[in-house]
Amino acid sequence: MAENIYQKYESALQALEHGAPLPETAGAVRTPPEGSPAHPSVAALVERFGDAVLDWELVAGDEHVVFVRPERAQEMLRWLKEDPSQRYLFLSDLTAVDYGGGRPLQVVYQLWSLEHRRQLRVKAELALASLEIDSAVPVWHTADWLEREVYDLFGIRFRGHPDLRRIMMPENYAEGHPLRKDFPLRGRFSRAEQTRRALTMETEDFYTPQEMVFMEEAEPVPPPANEGSASLMDQPPGPGVGG
Amino acid sequence: MGLGDARERTSLPVMGGGKSGAPGWLTSRLDDLVNWSRVNSLWPMPFGTACCAIEMMATAASKYDQARFGMERMSYSPRQADVLICAGRLPYKMAPVIRRIWDQMPQPKWAIAMGACASSGNIFDAYSMVQGIDTIIPVDVYVPGCPPRPEALLYGLMMLQEKIRGESVFDKELHEQLRREPPERAGKPNLPPEAIDEVALPFGNSTKQNRVAGLVSTAALARPSDRQP
Repeated sequence: MAENIYQKYESALQALEHGAPLPETAGAVRTPPEGSPAHPSVAALVERFGDAVLDWELVAGDEHVVFVRPERAQEMLRWLKEDPSQRYLFLSDLTAVDYGGGRPLQVVYQLWSLEHRRQLRVKAELALASLEIDSAVPVWHTADWLEREVYDLFGIRFRGHPDLRRIMMPENYAEGHPLRKDFPLRGRFSRAEQTRRALTMETEDFYTPQEMVFMEEAEPVPPPANEGSASLMDQPPGPGVGG
Repeated sequence: MGLGDARERTSLPVMGGGKSGAPGWLTSRLDDLVNWSRVNSLWPMPFGTACCAIEMMATAASKYDQARFGMERMSYSPRQADVLICAGRLPYKMAPVIRRIWDQMPQPKWAIAMGACASSGNIFDAYSMVQGIDTIIPVDVYVPGCPPRPEALLYGLMMLQEKIRGESVFDKELHEQLRREPPERAGKPNLPPEAIDEVALPFGNSTKQNRVAGLVSTAALARPSDRQP
């Protein structure tokens, strides 16, 4: 039993390394099972975008997951945010999942509509050979750092991202993207090499010239309140003071 | 160090050294004076990165009050600090930071690795984590615990004080090994590459001893998921 699992995993790794054909993901949208809670956004998405919605899934009772075509993901997310009947103004999380075995990586958008009090999870599957998807930064600004994190740890490139670089691992990190299933737990280099590389890094490297300029141009700290002519001591006491 | 010690030392030769190399009355008195001042004015440089830092703060606060032992205040500038307390796990991204702080501290200086993560990497035997800060900087006292209680840190500080009491300003070997810092050593690992690999591979510093002793058996290397590419 255990041997079979290892063999299966080994063959999946082999397939991953040698570029075996990827499983076909496109399929007909499943209809919700009888008696399950309906989600108005899912129906609206299917109606408007048709076959760009690949699949629909209900997990943990009432969490609706919509699988969409990655090339149309940005357009659909923009519609979900801006359409008056949806208004998913809050992107509460953007992350990715690697289930291993050469399966495609999933980019996950967790949305929350404050107006309609609805949650929706949107997933886009990317084949390992082509890890690219349109950035969600034009839609939600908060996607900026989240996409940098996904790029850093999974190696997914976001087209149109304003500043796509590592955010967690050091800038000079050369071992790849650590949250991928094909990444060894202890890293690709020996500990001595990891230590050597870490210590050759200049800590200032973490800042881009733009960030340094931003720090220089930041407004100076205002002077303390008890300095200057209009000090607090000169003000007449409020109604609650000195009574 | 009681009165008896002082009486014995009065019978020593005044200057000492010479052919025998024995400490003289004058030199040992000077050591006593220097060590007394060093022991009772150790200013810690707090390098708190994780939950150990909470215990370190408790040690500095009124209930445990490390000022009783001469650590009058935390020195937030490395240039005015004597002892670096690394409290918490150290990722590789922070390795150049702690090394630079260590390089900026003036001699004489000491280091305490507080907690299991700083001492050995603890359970974080992962791609991102330094397996013990002694690969980066020389460490004088390791305080075990996860995290150690404030009493444990105080005990570690007292052990460090004991260690300083035993030092001598005339100790040439100590001076060569620790006190003299050639500029080319700044920003370099504390251990040679073979030593780092020896303590950290294949199972990491944290579990190596148990596995070598046969206390833990594992087929980790046989699993495909753990293989090195």
